[in-house]
Amino acid sequence: MSAAPVVAADRNGPAAGASALPSRRRAVSSHRGATLVLVIGALYCLLPVAWVIMASTKTPGELFTTFSLWPSFTGGIQGNVQGLLAYKDGLFLRWAANTALYAGVGALLTVLISGAAGYAMAKYRFTGREFVFRVILAGVLVPQVTLAIPQYLLLAKIGLVGSYWSVLLPTMISPFSIYLARIYATAAVPDELLEAGRIDGAGEFKLFRSVAMPLMLPGLVTIFLLHFVSVWNNFLLPFIMLSDDSKFPMTVGLFSLLNQGASQPALYTLVITGSMLSILPLIALFLLLQKYWRLDLLSGGLKG
Amino acid sequence: MAPALLLFTTFLLIPIVYAIWLSLRANRRIGGGILSKLTEVFVGLENYGRALGDPILYGALGRMLIYGLLVVPTMLGLALMFALLLDLPRVRLRTATRISIFLPYAVPGVIASLLWGFLYLPRVSPIRAAFEAANLTPPDFFTSTSVFFSVANIAVWGGTGFNMIIMYTALRSIPAELYDAARLDGCGELQIAWRIKIPLLFPAVVMTFIFSMIATLQVFNEPQTLTPLTNVISSTWMPMQKIYTDAFVLNDIYSAAATSVMFALVTLVLSLGVLTLLQRRAFGEDR
Repeated sequence: MSAAPVVAADRNGPAAGASALPSRRRAVSSHRGATLVLVIGALYCLLPVAWVIMASTKTPGELFTTFSLWPSFTGGIQGNVQGLLAYKDGLFLRWAANTALYAGVGALLTVLISGAAGYAMAKYRFTGREFVFRVILAGVLVPQVTLAIPQYLLLAKIGLVGSYWSVLLPTMISPFSIYLARIYATAAVPDELLEAGRIDGAGEFKLFRSVAMPLMLPGLVTIFLLHFVSVWNNFLLPFIMLSDDSKFPMTVGLFSLLNQGASQPALYTLVITGSMLSILPLIALFLLLQKYWRLDLLSGGLKG
Repeated sequence: MAPALLLFTTFLLIPIVYAIWLSLRANRRIGGGILSKLTEVFVGLENYGRALGDPILYGALGRMLIYGLLVVPTMLGLALMFALLLDLPRVRLRTATRISIFLPYAVPGVIASLLWGFLYLPRVSPIRAAFEAANLTPPDFFTSTSVFFSVANIAVWGGTGFNMIIMYTALRSIPAELYDAARLDGCGELQIAWRIKIPLLFPAVVMTFIFSMIATLQVFNEPQTLTPLTNVISSTWMPMQKIYTDAFVLNDIYSAAATSVMFALVTLVLSLGVLTLLQRRAFGEDR
Protein backbone atom coordinates (compact mmCIF):
# COMPACT_ATOMS: atom_id res chain seq x y z
CA MET A 1 0.00 0.00 0.00
CA SER A 2 1.52 3.28 1.12
CA ALA A 3 4.80 1.61 1.93
CA ALA A 4 5.36 0.41 -1.61
CA PRO A 5 6.75 3.61 -3.17
CA VAL A 6 9.06 4.13 -0.21
CA VAL A 7 10.52 0.66 -0.48
CA ALA A 8 10.98 1.04 -4.23
CA ALA A 9 12.69 4.39 -3.78
CA ASP A 10 14.93 2.89 -1.12
CA ARG A 11 16.15 0.30 -3.53
CA ASN A 12 16.99 2.94 -6.12
CA GLY A 13 18.47 5.26 -3.54
CA PRO A 14 22.09 4.09 -3.34
CA ALA A 15 22.35 3.62 -7.11
CA ALA A 16 21.48 7.26 -7.67
CA GLY A 17 24.71 8.27 -5.94
CA ALA A 18 24.47 11.66 -4.20
CA SER A 19 22.46 11.30 -1.02
CA ALA A 20 20.56 14.59 -0.82
CA LEU A 21 18.71 14.41 -4.13
CA PRO A 22 17.29 10.88 -3.93
CA SER A 23 16.17 11.38 -0.38
CA ARG A 24 14.21 14.45 -1.42
CA ARG A 25 12.69 12.69 -4.36
CA ARG A 26 11.85 9.81 -2.10
CA ALA A 27 10.10 12.12 0.36
CA VAL A 28 8.04 13.79 -2.35
CA SER A 29 6.92 10.58 -3.99
CA SER A 30 6.03 8.87 -0.72
CA HIS A 31 3.96 11.84 0.38
CA ARG A 32 2.05 11.89 -2.84
CA GLY A 33 1.29 8.24 -2.16
CA ALA A 34 0.34 9.11 1.41
CA THR A 35 -2.08 11.79 0.24
CA LEU A 36 -3.62 9.34 -2.21
CA VAL A 37 -4.16 6.72 0.49
CA LEU A 38 -5.71 9.31 2.79
CA VAL A 39 -8.03 10.50 0.03
CA ILE A 40 -9.16 6.93 -0.68
CA GLY A 41 -9.83 6.49 3.04
CA ALA A 42 -11.79 9.72 3.13
CA LEU A 43 -13.88 8.72 0.11
CA TYR A 44 -14.68 5.36 1.70
CA CYS A 45 -15.82 7.15 4.86
CA LEU A 46 -17.92 9.65 2.93
CA LEU A 47 -19.56 7.09 0.60
CA PRO A 48 -22.55 6.14 2.78
CA VAL A 49 -23.16 9.77 3.74
CA ALA A 50 -23.04 10.86 0.11
CA TRP A 51 -25.31 7.98 -0.83
CA VAL A 52 -27.97 8.81 1.77
CA ILE A 53 -28.09 12.42 0.55
CA MET A 54 -28.48 11.26 -3.06
CA ALA A 55 -30.99 8.56 -2.22
CA SER A 56 -33.17 10.92 -0.22
CA THR A 57 -33.85 12.90 -3.41
CA LYS A 58 -35.63 9.94 -4.94
CA THR A 59 -39.29 9.07 -4.97
CA PRO A 60 -40.11 5.54 -3.78
CA GLY A 61 -40.39 4.37 -7.39
CA GLU A 62 -37.07 5.85 -8.46
CA LEU A 63 -35.24 4.29 -5.50
CA PHE A 64 -35.59 0.84 -7.00
CA THR A 65 -35.23 1.77 -10.65
CA THR A 66 -32.49 4.43 -10.95
CA PHE A 67 -28.80 4.35 -10.03
CA SER A 68 -28.95 5.37 -6.40
CA LEU A 69 -25.61 7.19 -6.18
CA TRP A 70 -26.86 9.94 -8.48
CA PRO A 71 -29.47 12.51 -7.36
CA SER A 72 -32.89 12.82 -8.94
CA PHE A 73 -34.36 16.24 -9.61
CA THR A 74 -37.99 15.23 -9.85
CA GLY A 75 -38.93 16.73 -6.52
CA GLY A 76 -38.68 13.47 -4.62
CA ILE A 77 -36.93 15.19 -1.72
CA GLN A 78 -39.86 17.49 -0.90
CA GLY A 79 -42.23 14.56 -1.06
CA ASN A 80 -39.99 12.48 1.18
CA VAL A 81 -39.53 15.19 3.81
CA GLN A 82 -43.26 15.96 3.81
CA GLY A 83 -44.07 12.28 4.02
CA LEU A 84 -41.65 11.85 6.89
CA LEU A 85 -42.94 14.84 8.84
CA ALA A 86 -46.52 13.72 8.27
CA TYR A 87 -45.80 10.12 9.29
CA LYS A 88 -48.05 9.38 12.28
CA ASP A 89 -48.57 13.09 13.05
CA GLY A 90 -44.96 14.18 13.20
CA LEU A 91 -43.61 11.20 15.05
CA PHE A 92 -40.20 11.83 13.50
CA LEU A 93 -39.90 15.20 15.23
CA ARG A 94 -40.85 13.53 18.49
CA TRP A 95 -37.96 11.10 18.01
CA ALA A 96 -35.60 13.99 17.34
CA ALA A 97 -36.76 15.82 20.47
CA ASN A 98 -36.50 12.63 22.54
CA THR A 99 -32.96 12.02 21.31
CA ALA A 100 -32.00 15.57 22.26
CA LEU A 101 -33.54 14.99 25.69
CA TYR A 102 -31.88 11.62 26.33
CA ALA A 103 -28.49 12.62 24.97
CA GLY A 104 -28.40 16.31 25.92
CA VAL A 105 -29.98 16.31 29.38
CA GLY A 106 -28.55 12.87 30.09
CA ALA A 107 -25.02 13.93 29.23
CA LEU A 108 -25.33 17.17 31.20
CA LEU A 109 -26.43 15.37 34.36
CA THR A 110 -23.76 12.73 33.83
CA VAL A 111 -21.06 15.37 33.57
CA LEU A 112 -22.18 17.01 36.83
CA ILE A 113 -22.31 13.70 38.68
CA SER A 114 -19.09 12.33 37.21
CA GLY A 115 -17.30 15.63 37.68
CA ALA A 116 -18.20 15.71 41.37
CA ALA A 117 -17.37 12.04 41.88
CA GLY A 118 -14.10 12.24 39.98
CA TYR A 119 -13.10 15.38 41.86
CA ALA A 120 -13.93 13.82 45.21
CA MET A 121 -11.93 10.73 44.36
CA ALA A 122 -8.97 12.74 43.19
CA LYS A 123 -8.83 15.27 46.00
CA TYR A 124 -10.19 13.70 49.16
CA ARG A 125 -8.65 10.89 51.09
CA PHE A 126 -11.24 8.59 52.60
CA THR A 127 -11.19 4.96 53.60
CA GLY A 128 -12.00 2.64 50.74
CA ARG A 129 -11.21 5.26 48.11
CA GLU A 130 -8.98 2.97 46.08
CA PHE A 131 -11.49 0.16 46.45
CA VAL A 132 -14.34 2.33 45.15
CA PHE A 133 -12.17 3.45 42.25
CA ARG A 134 -11.31 -0.14 41.36
CA VAL A 135 -14.98 -1.12 41.46
CA ILE A 136 -15.73 1.76 39.10
CA LEU A 137 -12.95 0.66 36.75
CA ALA A 138 -14.43 -2.83 36.73
CA GLY A 139 -17.80 -1.21 36.02
CA VAL A 140 -16.40 0.10 32.74
CA LEU A 141 -15.95 -3.48 31.65
CA VAL A 142 -19.37 -4.89 32.56
CA PRO A 143 -21.30 -5.54 29.34
CA GLN A 144 -24.35 -3.39 28.91
CA VAL A 145 -26.71 -6.30 28.53
CA THR A 146 -25.62 -7.77 31.88
CA LEU A 147 -26.90 -4.57 33.47
CA ALA A 148 -29.84 -4.01 31.18
CA ILE A 149 -31.75 -7.17 32.14
CA PRO A 150 -31.78 -6.53 35.91
CA GLN A 151 -32.26 -2.79 35.34
CA TYR A 152 -35.34 -3.60 33.30
CA LEU A 153 -36.75 -5.88 35.96
CA LEU A 154 -35.98 -3.45 38.78
CA LEU A 155 -37.48 -0.48 36.98
CA ALA A 156 -40.48 -2.62 36.11
CA LYS A 157 -41.00 -3.25 39.83
CA ILE A 158 -41.25 0.47 40.57
CA GLY A 159 -43.34 1.04 37.46
CA LEU A 160 -40.86 3.16 35.55
CA VAL A 161 -40.38 0.89 32.52
CA GLY A 162 -41.56 2.66 29.40
CA SER A 163 -41.06 6.13 30.85
CA TYR A 164 -38.40 8.69 29.97
CA TRP A 165 -36.74 7.92 33.30
CA SER A 166 -36.13 4.31 32.33
CA VAL A 167 -33.65 5.51 29.72
CA LEU A 168 -32.34 8.59 31.53
CA LEU A 169 -31.56 7.09 34.93
CA PRO A 170 -29.43 4.09 33.88
CA THR A 171 -27.38 6.20 31.45
CA MET A 172 -26.68 8.85 34.06
CA ILE A 173 -24.20 6.72 35.88
CA SER A 174 -21.21 6.23 33.64
CA PRO A 175 -18.15 4.57 35.18
CA PHE A 176 -16.05 5.65 32.25
CA SER A 177 -16.92 9.32 32.76
CA ILE A 178 -16.10 9.13 36.46
CA TYR A 179 -12.80 7.50 35.61
CA LEU A 180 -11.92 10.23 33.12
CA ALA A 181 -13.04 12.96 35.51
CA ARG A 182 -10.79 11.60 38.23
CA ILE A 183 -7.78 11.55 35.92
CA TYR A 184 -8.50 15.05 34.76
CA ALA A 185 -9.14 16.44 38.24
CA THR A 186 -5.86 14.97 39.49
CA ALA A 187 -3.97 16.72 36.73
CA ALA A 188 -5.85 20.01 36.47
CA VAL A 189 -6.69 21.06 40.02
CA PRO A 190 -3.62 21.88 42.16
CA ASP A 191 -3.88 20.96 45.85
CA GLU A 192 -2.27 24.28 46.87
CA LEU A 193 -5.14 26.22 45.35
CA LEU A 194 -7.68 24.22 47.37
CA GLU A 195 -5.59 24.73 50.53
CA ALA A 196 -5.46 28.46 49.89
CA GLY A 197 -9.22 28.51 49.42
CA ARG A 198 -9.74 26.64 52.68
CA ILE A 199 -7.55 29.11 54.57
CA ASP A 200 -9.67 31.91 53.13
CA GLY A 201 -12.66 30.16 54.64
CA ALA A 202 -14.35 28.80 51.54
CA GLY A 203 -16.66 25.83 52.11
CA GLU A 204 -16.01 22.55 50.34
CA PHE A 205 -18.99 22.94 48.02
CA LYS A 206 -17.95 26.45 47.10
CA LEU A 207 -14.41 25.22 46.46
CA PHE A 208 -15.73 22.61 44.07
CA ARG A 209 -18.05 25.02 42.29
CA SER A 210 -15.84 28.06 41.94
CA VAL A 211 -12.30 26.64 41.98
CA ALA A 212 -12.35 23.07 40.71
CA MET A 213 -15.16 23.25 38.13
CA PRO A 214 -13.66 26.06 36.03
CA LEU A 215 -10.26 24.33 36.03
CA MET A 216 -11.82 21.05 34.99
CA LEU A 217 -13.96 22.61 32.27
CA PRO A 218 -11.99 21.43 29.18
CA GLY A 219 -12.02 17.87 30.49
CA LEU A 220 -15.70 18.10 31.36
CA VAL A 221 -16.52 19.25 27.83
CA THR A 222 -14.79 16.18 26.42
CA ILE A 223 -16.66 13.95 28.86
CA PHE A 224 -19.91 15.62 27.83
CA LEU A 225 -19.23 15.03 24.13
CA LEU A 226 -18.14 11.42 24.62
CA HIS A 227 -21.19 10.69 26.72
CA PHE A 228 -23.51 12.54 24.38
CA VAL A 229 -22.33 10.32 21.52
CA SER A 230 -22.59 7.17 23.58
CA VAL A 231 -26.20 7.91 24.58
CA TRP A 232 -27.11 8.92 21.05
CA ASN A 233 -25.52 5.67 19.89
CA ASN A 234 -27.25 3.62 22.54
CA PHE A 235 -29.78 1.28 21.04
CA LEU A 236 -30.06 -1.68 23.37
CA LEU A 237 -31.28 0.18 26.46
CA PRO A 238 -34.17 2.16 24.88
CA PHE A 239 -34.94 -0.87 22.68
CA ILE A 240 -35.50 -2.93 25.84
CA MET A 241 -37.11 -0.28 28.02
CA LEU A 242 -39.54 1.46 25.69
CA SER A 243 -42.56 0.13 23.86
CA ASP A 244 -44.47 3.36 23.18
CA ASP A 245 -43.15 4.75 19.89
CA SER A 246 -43.76 8.35 20.97
CA LYS A 247 -40.94 7.96 23.51
CA PHE A 248 -38.42 6.36 21.15
CA PRO A 249 -35.10 8.01 20.43
CA MET A 250 -34.07 8.34 16.79
CA THR A 251 -32.15 5.05 16.62
CA VAL A 252 -35.00 2.87 17.87
CA GLY A 253 -37.52 4.87 15.84
CA LEU A 254 -35.71 4.42 12.55
CA PHE A 255 -35.15 0.75 13.31
CA SER A 256 -38.87 0.22 13.90
CA LEU A 257 -39.58 2.02 10.63
CA LEU A 258 -37.11 -0.24 8.79
CA ASN A 259 -38.71 -3.25 10.39
CA GLN A 260 -42.07 -2.29 8.94
CA GLY A 261 -40.35 -1.48 5.64
CA ALA A 262 -39.53 -5.15 5.24
CA SER A 263 -43.19 -5.66 4.31
CA GLN A 264 -43.87 -2.21 2.82
CA PRO A 265 -40.84 -1.10 0.77
CA ALA A 266 -42.47 2.32 0.30
CA LEU A 267 -41.35 3.06 3.85
CA TYR A 268 -37.70 2.67 2.79
CA THR A 269 -37.60 6.20 1.42
CA LEU A 270 -38.83 7.45 4.79
CA VAL A 271 -36.05 5.51 6.56
CA ILE A 272 -33.48 6.94 4.16
CA THR A 273 -34.75 10.51 4.48
CA GLY A 274 -34.96 10.14 8.25
CA SER A 275 -31.39 8.85 8.44
CA MET A 276 -30.21 11.75 6.34
CA LEU A 277 -32.04 14.37 8.41
CA SER A 278 -30.83 12.88 11.68
CA ILE A 279 -27.13 12.62 10.88
CA LEU A 280 -26.67 15.97 9.18
CA PRO A 281 -27.18 18.09 12.34
CA LEU A 282 -24.89 15.79 14.30
CA ILE A 283 -22.18 16.01 11.67
CA ALA A 284 -22.53 19.79 11.69
CA LEU A 285 -22.26 19.80 15.49
CA PHE A 286 -19.11 17.71 15.27
CA LEU A 287 -17.42 19.98 12.81
CA LEU A 288 -18.33 22.96 14.97
CA LEU A 289 -17.07 21.45 18.21
CA GLN A 290 -13.94 19.94 16.69
CA LYS A 291 -11.49 21.96 18.71
CA TYR A 292 -13.11 20.94 21.98
CA TRP A 293 -12.28 17.31 21.43
CA ARG A 294 -9.52 16.60 23.93
CA LEU A 295 -8.90 12.97 23.15
CA ASP A 296 -5.40 13.14 24.61
CA LEU A 297 -7.36 12.84 27.84
CA LEU A 298 -8.16 9.29 26.76
CA SER A 299 -4.65 8.21 25.88
CA GLY A 300 -3.26 9.94 28.95
CA GLY A 301 -5.60 7.82 31.02
CA LEU A 302 -3.72 4.60 30.59
CA LYS A 303 -0.63 5.91 32.29
CA GLY A 304 -2.53 7.70 35.06
CA MET B 1 -19.97 12.44 45.59
CA ALA B 2 -22.93 11.23 47.60
CA PRO B 3 -25.45 11.32 44.71
CA ALA B 4 -22.93 9.63 42.43
CA LEU B 5 -22.38 6.83 44.91
CA LEU B 6 -26.11 6.48 45.37
CA LEU B 7 -26.76 6.23 41.64
CA PHE B 8 -23.76 4.00 41.22
CA THR B 9 -25.14 1.62 43.80
CA THR B 10 -28.67 1.75 42.41
CA PHE B 11 -27.89 1.32 38.75
CA LEU B 12 -24.67 -0.63 38.78
CA LEU B 13 -24.06 -2.60 41.95
CA ILE B 14 -27.65 -3.64 42.66
CA PRO B 15 -28.25 -4.74 39.05
CA ILE B 16 -25.05 -6.80 39.07
CA VAL B 17 -25.99 -8.49 42.32
CA TYR B 18 -29.55 -8.94 41.05
CA ALA B 19 -28.27 -10.45 37.79
CA ILE B 20 -26.20 -12.97 39.72
CA TRP B 21 -29.20 -13.74 41.95
CA LEU B 22 -31.46 -14.24 38.92
CA SER B 23 -28.91 -16.48 37.26
CA LEU B 24 -29.23 -18.91 40.15
CA ARG B 25 -33.00 -19.21 39.90
CA ALA B 26 -35.62 -20.53 37.53
CA ASN B 27 -39.36 -20.93 37.09
CA ARG B 28 -40.61 -24.35 38.03
CA ARG B 29 -43.99 -25.98 37.91
CA ILE B 30 -44.95 -26.95 41.45
CA GLY B 31 -47.66 -29.53 41.99
CA GLY B 32 -49.37 -31.49 39.27
CA GLY B 33 -52.30 -31.37 36.89
CA ILE B 34 -54.49 -28.29 36.71
CA LEU B 35 -53.45 -27.14 40.18
CA SER B 36 -49.80 -26.70 39.21
CA LYS B 37 -48.41 -23.19 39.15
CA LEU B 38 -45.19 -21.50 38.12
CA THR B 39 -42.97 -20.57 41.03
CA GLU B 40 -39.53 -19.07 41.08
CA VAL B 41 -37.14 -21.39 42.87
CA PHE B 42 -33.44 -21.58 43.62
CA VAL B 43 -31.67 -23.91 41.19
CA GLY B 44 -28.01 -23.26 41.94
CA LEU B 45 -25.66 -23.42 39.00
CA GLU B 46 -28.13 -25.26 36.75
CA ASN B 47 -28.58 -22.28 34.40
CA TYR B 48 -24.83 -22.02 33.97
CA GLY B 49 -24.56 -25.70 33.18
CA ARG B 50 -27.35 -25.44 30.63
CA ALA B 51 -25.82 -22.35 29.02
CA LEU B 52 -22.42 -24.04 28.79
CA GLY B 53 -24.01 -27.05 27.11
CA ASP B 54 -25.96 -24.94 24.62
CA PRO B 55 -24.74 -25.37 21.03
CA ILE B 56 -26.50 -22.13 20.00
CA LEU B 57 -24.24 -20.18 22.34
CA TYR B 58 -21.13 -21.83 20.90
CA GLY B 59 -22.32 -21.03 17.40
CA ALA B 60 -22.73 -17.40 18.38
CA LEU B 61 -19.33 -17.34 20.09
CA GLY B 62 -17.67 -18.81 17.02
CA ARG B 63 -19.27 -16.19 14.79
CA MET B 64 -18.19 -13.49 17.22
CA LEU B 65 -14.61 -14.76 17.07
CA ILE B 66 -14.60 -14.65 13.25
CA TYR B 67 -16.14 -11.19 13.34
CA GLY B 68 -13.57 -9.97 15.89
CA LEU B 69 -10.65 -11.37 13.92
CA LEU B 70 -11.94 -9.49 10.88
CA VAL B 71 -12.74 -6.20 12.61
CA VAL B 72 -10.08 -5.54 15.23
CA PRO B 73 -6.88 -5.98 13.16
CA THR B 74 -8.36 -4.25 10.10
CA MET B 75 -9.75 -1.31 12.04
CA LEU B 76 -6.66 -0.73 14.19
CA GLY B 77 -4.31 -1.34 11.26
CA LEU B 78 -6.13 1.22 9.15
CA ALA B 79 -6.33 3.67 12.06
CA LEU B 80 -2.59 3.35 12.69
CA MET B 81 -1.78 3.72 9.02
CA PHE B 82 -3.96 6.81 8.60
CA ALA B 83 -2.57 8.37 11.79
CA LEU B 84 1.02 7.84 10.63
CA LEU B 85 0.25 9.18 7.16
CA LEU B 86 -1.43 12.27 8.62
CA ASP B 87 1.65 12.88 10.72
CA LEU B 88 4.03 12.91 7.73
CA PRO B 89 5.36 16.33 6.82
CA ARG B 90 4.10 17.85 3.56
CA VAL B 91 0.99 15.73 3.18
CA ARG B 92 -1.77 17.52 1.31
CA LEU B 93 -5.45 17.75 2.29
CA ARG B 94 -4.50 16.88 5.86
CA THR B 95 -7.45 18.56 7.60
CA ALA B 96 -10.02 17.54 5.00
CA THR B 97 -9.06 13.87 5.04
CA ARG B 98 -8.72 13.77 8.83
CA ILE B 99 -12.20 15.18 9.32
CA SER B 100 -13.71 12.93 6.65
CA ILE B 101 -12.25 9.80 8.22
CA PHE B 102 -13.42 10.89 11.70
CA LEU B 103 -16.90 11.73 10.42
CA PRO B 104 -18.43 8.23 10.75
CA TYR B 105 -17.97 8.52 14.51
CA ALA B 106 -20.83 11.05 14.45
CA VAL B 107 -23.10 8.44 12.85
CA PRO B 108 -24.71 6.07 15.39
CA GLY B 109 -24.12 2.37 14.79
CA VAL B 110 -27.79 1.79 14.05
CA ILE B 111 -27.92 4.47 11.38
CA ALA B 112 -24.56 3.37 9.94
CA SER B 113 -26.01 -0.12 9.63
CA LEU B 114 -29.13 1.27 7.95
CA LEU B 115 -27.01 3.13 5.40
CA TRP B 116 -24.71 0.20 4.66
CA GLY B 117 -27.69 -2.12 4.72
CA PHE B 118 -29.17 -0.22 1.78
CA LEU B 119 -25.79 -0.17 0.04
CA TYR B 120 -25.84 -3.97 0.35
CA LEU B 121 -29.52 -4.50 -0.49
CA PRO B 122 -29.79 -6.08 -3.98
CA ARG B 123 -32.60 -3.87 -5.31
CA VAL B 124 -31.07 -0.60 -4.14
CA SER B 125 -27.31 -1.11 -3.97
CA PRO B 126 -25.30 1.26 -6.19
CA ILE B 127 -22.31 -1.08 -5.77
CA ARG B 128 -24.24 -3.90 -7.40
CA ALA B 129 -25.54 -1.50 -10.03
CA ALA B 130 -21.96 -0.50 -10.86
CA PHE B 131 -20.96 -4.16 -11.26
CA GLU B 132 -23.94 -4.82 -13.48
CA ALA B 133 -23.13 -1.80 -15.61
CA ALA B 134 -19.64 -3.21 -16.13
CA ASN B 135 -21.14 -6.60 -17.07
CA LEU B 136 -19.67 -8.27 -14.00
CA THR B 137 -21.44 -10.55 -11.58
CA PRO B 138 -22.50 -8.30 -8.70
CA PRO B 139 -21.34 -9.42 -5.26
CA ASP B 140 -23.97 -10.80 -2.93
CA PHE B 141 -23.44 -9.09 0.43
CA PHE B 142 -25.88 -11.33 2.27
CA THR B 143 -24.66 -14.91 1.88
CA SER B 144 -23.87 -16.82 5.05
CA THR B 145 -20.15 -16.17 4.42
CA SER B 146 -20.12 -12.67 2.98
CA VAL B 147 -22.38 -11.38 5.73
CA PHE B 148 -19.38 -11.52 8.11
CA PHE B 149 -17.51 -9.11 5.89
CA SER B 150 -20.60 -6.96 5.44
CA VAL B 151 -21.15 -6.56 9.19
CA ALA B 152 -17.41 -6.20 9.88
CA ASN B 153 -17.19 -3.47 7.27
CA ILE B 154 -19.80 -1.41 9.14
CA ALA B 155 -17.80 -1.64 12.35
CA VAL B 156 -14.54 -0.80 10.58
CA TRP B 157 -16.21 2.15 8.87
CA GLY B 158 -17.59 3.46 12.13
CA GLY B 159 -14.56 2.85 14.34
CA THR B 160 -11.46 3.61 12.29
CA GLY B 161 -11.74 7.39 12.57
CA PHE B 162 -12.11 7.47 16.34
CA ASN B 163 -9.11 5.20 16.85
CA MET B 164 -7.15 7.17 14.30
CA ILE B 165 -7.78 10.39 16.22
CA ILE B 166 -6.62 8.81 19.47
CA MET B 167 -3.40 7.63 17.82
CA TYR B 168 -2.93 10.88 15.92
CA THR B 169 -3.33 12.94 19.11
CA ALA B 170 -0.73 10.73 20.78
CA LEU B 171 1.59 11.21 17.80
CA ARG B 172 1.25 14.98 17.97
CA SER B 173 2.49 14.97 21.55
CA ILE B 174 5.83 13.39 20.59
CA PRO B 175 8.46 16.17 20.60
CA ALA B 176 9.58 17.06 17.07
CA GLU B 177 13.24 17.21 18.14
CA LEU B 178 13.24 13.42 18.21
CA TYR B 179 12.48 13.33 14.48
CA ASP B 180 15.01 16.06 13.68
CA ALA B 181 17.70 14.06 15.42
CA ALA B 182 16.68 10.91 13.56
CA ARG B 183 16.66 12.70 10.21
CA LEU B 184 20.15 14.04 10.87
CA ASP B 185 21.20 10.45 11.45
CA GLY B 186 19.82 9.64 8.01
CA CYS B 187 16.55 7.97 8.94
CA GLY B 188 13.82 7.94 6.30
CA GLU B 189 10.17 8.59 7.23
CA LEU B 190 9.47 4.87 7.20
CA GLN B 191 12.26 4.20 9.66
CA ILE B 192 11.10 7.08 11.86
CA ALA B 193 7.62 5.61 11.87
CA TRP B 194 8.85 2.12 12.65
CA ARG B 195 11.59 2.92 15.16
CA ILE B 196 10.23 5.99 16.95
CA LYS B 197 6.54 6.60 16.33
CA ILE B 198 5.12 3.09 16.67
CA PRO B 199 6.99 2.26 19.93
CA LEU B 200 5.91 5.57 21.45
CA LEU B 201 2.33 4.97 20.30
CA PHE B 202 2.20 1.68 22.14
CA PRO B 203 0.04 2.84 25.10
CA ALA B 204 -2.51 4.37 22.73
CA VAL B 205 -2.59 1.20 20.63
CA VAL B 206 -3.10 -0.95 23.73
CA MET B 207 -5.98 1.23 24.83
CA THR B 208 -7.70 1.17 21.45
CA PHE B 209 -7.18 -2.60 21.34
CA ILE B 210 -8.92 -3.09 24.68
CA PHE B 211 -11.80 -0.80 23.67
CA SER B 212 -12.20 -2.67 20.39
CA MET B 213 -12.13 -6.01 22.14
CA ILE B 214 -14.86 -4.95 24.56
CA ALA B 215 -16.91 -3.58 21.65
CA THR B 216 -16.53 -6.90 19.81
CA LEU B 217 -17.71 -8.89 22.81
CA GLN B 218 -20.79 -6.68 23.02
CA VAL B 219 -21.64 -6.31 19.34
CA PHE B 220 -25.41 -6.04 18.99
CA ASN B 221 -26.55 -2.90 17.16
CA GLU B 222 -25.13 -3.63 13.71
CA PRO B 223 -26.34 -7.20 13.19
CA GLN B 224 -29.65 -6.45 14.91
CA THR B 225 -30.32 -3.52 12.57
CA LEU B 226 -29.60 -5.66 9.52
CA THR B 227 -32.06 -8.41 10.52
CA PRO B 228 -35.05 -6.81 8.73
CA LEU B 229 -33.04 -6.72 5.49
CA THR B 230 -31.78 -10.29 5.35
CA ASN B 231 -32.51 -13.78 6.56
CA VAL B 232 -28.90 -14.87 7.06
CA ILE B 233 -28.64 -13.03 10.38
CA SER B 234 -30.60 -15.08 12.88
CA SER B 235 -31.90 -13.83 16.20
CA THR B 236 -29.00 -15.64 17.87
CA TRP B 237 -26.28 -14.63 15.42
CA MET B 238 -24.11 -12.93 18.02
CA PRO B 239 -23.95 -13.74 21.76
CA MET B 240 -25.60 -10.44 22.76
CA GLN B 241 -28.47 -11.15 20.39
CA LYS B 242 -28.88 -14.58 21.92
CA ILE B 243 -29.00 -13.09 25.43
CA TYR B 244 -31.53 -10.52 24.24
CA THR B 245 -33.66 -13.19 22.54
CA ASP B 246 -33.54 -15.45 25.61
CA ALA B 247 -34.53 -12.63 27.94
CA PHE B 248 -37.11 -10.66 26.00
CA VAL B 249 -38.42 -12.95 23.27
CA LEU B 250 -38.37 -16.34 24.98
CA ASN B 251 -38.95 -14.77 28.42
CA ASP B 252 -36.26 -16.86 30.03
CA ILE B 253 -34.54 -14.13 32.01
CA TYR B 254 -32.83 -16.67 34.23
CA SER B 255 -30.65 -18.34 31.65
CA ALA B 256 -30.13 -14.97 29.93
CA ALA B 257 -28.83 -13.65 33.26
CA ALA B 258 -26.52 -16.64 33.62
CA THR B 259 -25.09 -16.16 30.14
CA SER B 260 -24.67 -12.43 30.64
CA VAL B 261 -22.92 -12.89 33.99
CA MET B 262 -20.48 -15.30 32.34
CA PHE B 263 -19.94 -12.74 29.63
CA ALA B 264 -19.19 -10.02 32.16
CA LEU B 265 -16.62 -12.31 33.80
CA VAL B 266 -14.97 -13.16 30.48
CA THR B 267 -14.78 -9.47 29.55
CA LEU B 268 -13.29 -8.59 32.91
CA VAL B 269 -10.70 -11.35 32.84
CA LEU B 270 -9.74 -10.74 29.21
CA SER B 271 -9.40 -6.96 29.55
CA LEU B 272 -7.48 -7.03 32.80
CA GLY B 273 -5.35 -9.90 31.47
CA VAL B 274 -4.42 -8.05 28.30
CA LEU B 275 -3.78 -4.87 30.23
CA THR B 276 -1.49 -6.48 32.82
CA LEU B 277 0.33 -8.56 30.25
CA LEU B 278 1.01 -5.68 27.90
CA GLN B 279 1.79 -3.21 30.63
CA ARG B 280 4.33 -5.51 32.18
CA ARG B 281 5.99 -5.90 28.81
CA ALA B 282 5.73 -2.30 27.69
CA PHE B 283 6.35 -0.24 30.77
CA GLY B 284 8.56 -2.50 32.88
CA GLU B 285 8.46 -1.20 36.44
CA ASP B 286 6.15 1.66 35.49
CA ARG B 287 3.47 0.24 37.67
